[in-house]
Amino acid sequence: MASHGGNVKLLAGGQSLIPMLNLRLSAPELLVDISRLDELRGIKLEGGVLKIGALTRHVEIERSPEVARLFPTLVQAVREIAHPAIRNRGTIGGSLALADPAAEWPAAALAFDMTFELASARGTRTVKAAEFFRGLYDTALGADEVLAVIHIPVPKAATKAAFGELSRRSGDYAIAGAFVNTQLVDGELQQTRIAYFGVAATPVLARRTMTALDGTNGDAAAIEAAAKHLEADLDPLADLYNSRATKLHLSRVLLKRLVASFAG
Amino acid sequence: MSQTISLTLQVNGQPVTKAVEPRTHLIDFLRNDLALTGSHVGCEHGVCGACTVLVDGDMVRGCLTLACQLDGAHVETVEGLTESGAIADLQAAFLQRNALQCGYCTPGMLVCASELLRDQPQATRAEIREHISGNYCRCTGYEAIVDAIEETLRSRRATSGLSKEVA
Repeated sequence: MASHGGNVKLLAGGQSLIPMLNLRLSAPELLVDISRLDELRGIKLEGGVLKIGALTRHVEIERSPEVARLFPTLVQAVREIAHPAIRNRGTIGGSLALADPAAEWPAAALAFDMTFELASARGTRTVKAAEFFRGLYDTALGADEVLAVIHIPVPKAATKAAFGELSRRSGDYAIAGAFVNTQLVDGELQQTRIAYFGVAATPVLARRTMTALDGTNGDAAAIEAAAKHLEADLDPLADLYNSRATKLHLSRVLLKRLVASFAG
Repeated sequence: MSQTISLTLQVNGQPVTKAVEPRTHLIDFLRNDLALTGSHVGCEHGVCGACTVLVDGDMVRGCLTLACQLDGAHVETVEGLTESGAIADLQAAFLQRNALQCGYCTPGMLVCASELLRDQPQATRAEIREHISGNYCRCTGYEAIVDAIEETLRSRRATSGLSKEVA
């Protein structure tokens, strides 16, 4: 990988990369098939952290009893990724490394404060999701690095999480989607993390909105006040069907629905 | 590009060894190299589902899988499912319910539905719709396809004693 510079692509599940190759949007000099490296596959719980190998397929996460027990919100989100045939081959690591701003996993990584193990011939380093996504399809991965393992801290007793996305048809990319992950302590929201997808060039933490919700009980008035910050937090690009204003409106709708699902 | 990779796999239960170009998609390998033309080529970027086949029992897009990735794999196509009789009841229900018109999507639909019949015998109409949501049909409006799959699920439940209706 190092000797080929930037013109190498790793083939994991291939459910985004192969369409890009088919459409000649990507034309790497070298394609390295890593899809059968079993060392990078599997789900295990270790010392308060759920570790998911980068080549674990969406369907394996969807069916994992461990993930269902600890992160029902993530199971709900996985089921919104494309269609069953795609989930049978697509991988969590492939989705994160591609960093499509409209995909579910990158935003989930921000909301659940995931940490990534990046491996290369030089060794292994860890990077927080919040430092990983740098720009449109741009990540902290070096030209010689592979995303190896995803670490997710297990939720605490007070953790409340919710997920939602709005799309035209089942399996389509979301017009707007969001994850909320917070601590509800004596009726008060704390350490709230809200990550959006489909509404900026990268998955995005709605930092001002998160801060505005902390210390409130998450009732209708608190959500209303916090939602005013979404315009500053998000930078949605209009697509063929939805204007920037529509996407902002839908982002506010999601915030209301998700926070109201456990608070207020 | 002219470089080839040797590939040995099972296709519909038969061992196959071929040299393939790395760029060859599974669907082109099946259709062009093995003359298994039941699976169709539709959109070629994973949207339509016409090329749906089973790899190691899981349905996948034949256009989003490279043949050279499948050394040692078990591939099953609509030809294999037809010859073994595994979906004879589903095919009869498709015919009876007019669940196909031009037929282009039908092989992919059948393979897709076969996975549901195997894994979710209690699937509801909504679950059937969700399961086939990645397979496009431009003729039928889907209603008859959902009917045919639902009918097959129901009759299989009745035969296997899984059904509450027969209790």
